[in-house]
Amino acid sequence: MRFDHRHLLGIAPLRPDEIVTILDLADQYARFNRGRDKHANALAGLTQINMFFENSTRTQASFELAGKRLGADVMNMSLQASSIKKGETLIDTAMTLNAMHPDLLVVRHPHSGAVELLSQKVNCAVLNAGDGRQEHPTQALLDALTIRRAKGRLHRLNIAICGDIAHSRVARSNILLLHKMENRIRLVGPPTLMPSGIQDFGVEVYDTMEEGLRDVDVVMMLRLQKERMDGGFIPSEREYFHRYGLDAEKLSYAKPDAIVMHPGPMNRGVEIDGTLADDINRSVIQDQVEMGVAVRMAAMDLLARNLRARPTEVMA
Amino acid sequence: MTKKTLILNAMLIDPEADSPAPGALLIEGGRIAQVFDTPMPQVDDADRVDAAGTFVAPGIVDVGVKVGEPGERHKESFKTAGLAAAAGGVTTMVTRPDTTPAIDTPETLEFIRRRANEAAPVNVLPMAALTKGREGKEMTEIGFLMDGGAAAFTDCDRVVEDTKVLSRAMTYARGVGALIMAHPQEPVLSRGAAVTSGKFASLRGLPGVSPMAERMGLDRDIALVEMTGVRYHADQITTTRALPPLERAKANGFDVTAGISMHHLTLNELDVADFRTFFKVKPPLRSEEDRQNVVEAVRSGLIDVIGSFHTPQDEESKRLPYEEAASGAVGLETMLPVLLRLYHSGELSLNVLFRALSANPAKRLGLESGRLAKGAPADLVMFDADKPLILDRFKLRSKSKNTPFDGARLQGKVLGTWVAGTRVFEA
Repeated sequence: MRFDHRHLLGIAPLRPDEIVTILDLADQYARFNRGRDKHANALAGLTQINMFFENSTRTQASFELAGKRLGADVMNMSLQASSIKKGETLIDTAMTLNAMHPDLLVVRHPHSGAVELLSQKVNCAVLNAGDGRQEHPTQALLDALTIRRAKGRLHRLNIAICGDIAHSRVARSNILLLHKMENRIRLVGPPTLMPSGIQDFGVEVYDTMEEGLRDVDVVMMLRLQKERMDGGFIPSEREYFHRYGLDAEKLSYAKPDAIVMHPGPMNRGVEIDGTLADDINRSVIQDQVEMGVAVRMAAMDLLARNLRARPTEVMA
Repeated sequence: MTKKTLILNAMLIDPEADSPAPGALLIEGGRIAQVFDTPMPQVDDADRVDAAGTFVAPGIVDVGVKVGEPGERHKESFKTAGLAAAAGGVTTMVTRPDTTPAIDTPETLEFIRRRANEAAPVNVLPMAALTKGREGKEMTEIGFLMDGGAAAFTDCDRVVEDTKVLSRAMTYARGVGALIMAHPQEPVLSRGAAVTSGKFASLRGLPGVSPMAERMGLDRDIALVEMTGVRYHADQITTTRALPPLERAKANGFDVTAGISMHHLTLNELDVADFRTFFKVKPPLRSEEDRQNVVEAVRSGLIDVIGSFHTPQDEESKRLPYEEAASGAVGLETMLPVLLRLYHSGELSLNVLFRALSANPAKRLGLESGRLAKGAPADLVMFDADKPLILDRFKLRSKSKNTPFDGARLQGKVLGTWVAGTRVFEA
């Protein structure tokens, strides 16, 4: 078992065997989390700071819970209001925090590449909790774990990723991960929501759900990122739902045992039909949330092991 | 008795000729007194400079240099820009008006001219804003500014969005014979973009602009040129799609020329790699296919002028997430060695390079320089085209060190620069 990384900045730098390492450990933590006594000490003595430059409830809660269950001291910082407005740069913020000697820094930032930039300036391990439209590695890992548990494998599956690909970091990380694990990936959505040059990513692109979902094993819906859009990408939400919203009829094109996924939070009636989202026979959306905590525990545990293996900087 | 200088044993690059030829130059009274086609002519009572077989060419006329005065002197002053220019073989800096405040009145223009004369060892030719405050609403006092010595009128990278305002400014400019330099770009389509759209932009999750926005901007401007008859120069044509309209405009006899930056000739979008903000320029770097096509357009003469678009930025403006980081790179000092990459790769000859670096911009601005001819100003550069070097950005003379070529292996070194017969740089 090897995982030679100081940070978790994206799926791109990971090897397939490293992905499997994270998922295997996450499986154990998933079991652990279902037990009554949910306290371990893999991160005991370590300080975890969650720095969110962008609003988040679910991801931040998931990272906080993961850290606390492993015994870390967790602090949450929301930065969109405070220092940014005062003109402090990202590097200044990083240097300030670095002086407080955190061990794990969980960062979300509205601009692509910002988390990587920050990681170059600090001594601790940095986890990317989403940067701009680039990567959201823990989301892709939790999706992978959910698929593996539901389908019994994570290779040679037909997986459709549907909706707002252009504004989605979840889509990018998922494409990278599922590609590394040798799956067949289809992207389905209106051309306005497809990133330029996407056909060069080793994916198949479809304009309609009927063709795109035919015989797939997994249907991954994406949230319409209204806050990231700077103009009309779709004519209306009702037309979008009519053509691209997942309902029972569109799902019938997929394999009978296809699972339905969504990274949340959902726009019910926009990209997914509410009843379908709640259908426990098809929807694994709640499992995704559960696996999120487990995957984040695994990722932080692995990074902490590497952290502890490094010679400690001597205290003056 | 005026002092005479003889530069002998040189390979002369006459932009009008096809290839360099051995020869010598006699300088007297700030001008070229004689051009010899033998390397060792007999001239009495002249100081002798032995070029030792290296190249001598007309000094570079760099159109579009940003100096931080007024407003951003911490990024670059006339003194530091002038020293960088001299070390780079640039003998005339044609400066941009995108300062704080903008150069949009005869008074600010006068300030610039005075500062430049005091501080810079090379010629400085300021351009003025086309609209007040570069806001795209009202034209500046184009006539007064021309009287004050404005070389051309430009709002730099800000496109005049209001076509009516632009058409009036162009019509007025035609009346006084002014040259307008525009940044061809469809302003709405390119809003918010940090890179060129395509696979790389999507991979990095950066907002991109279609290369088509450049052609759309150029199409509009050329229609206005046809309407108004103004003398028009497109600052940077960087995409394949913009070349046919440029070619048509020239074939139709419109007074249209175009430039390009050193960066778009030598780098492509992939050089941005892991969000390297020193590679963030405006317009953004293009695909390799575009790069090859614009190099060919320089070779054929369709693109007339190469400039550094020298844009000093301090570390604070660059050490930010890519989307937030400032655009621009310094280039006065690095332009010649960087462009020699195209010579060494066989893409452009030295004579073609100096046509675009010296002769064409001088002609376009009505200057006497840019030539190796008797009577021309003795603005000269002497360089070794082969000397290898590894570029260290902290050794640059500019106050700002934002070059994308830090650590780059280059071949070519400027050995000497003369402005009006006075040697302003010696390696």
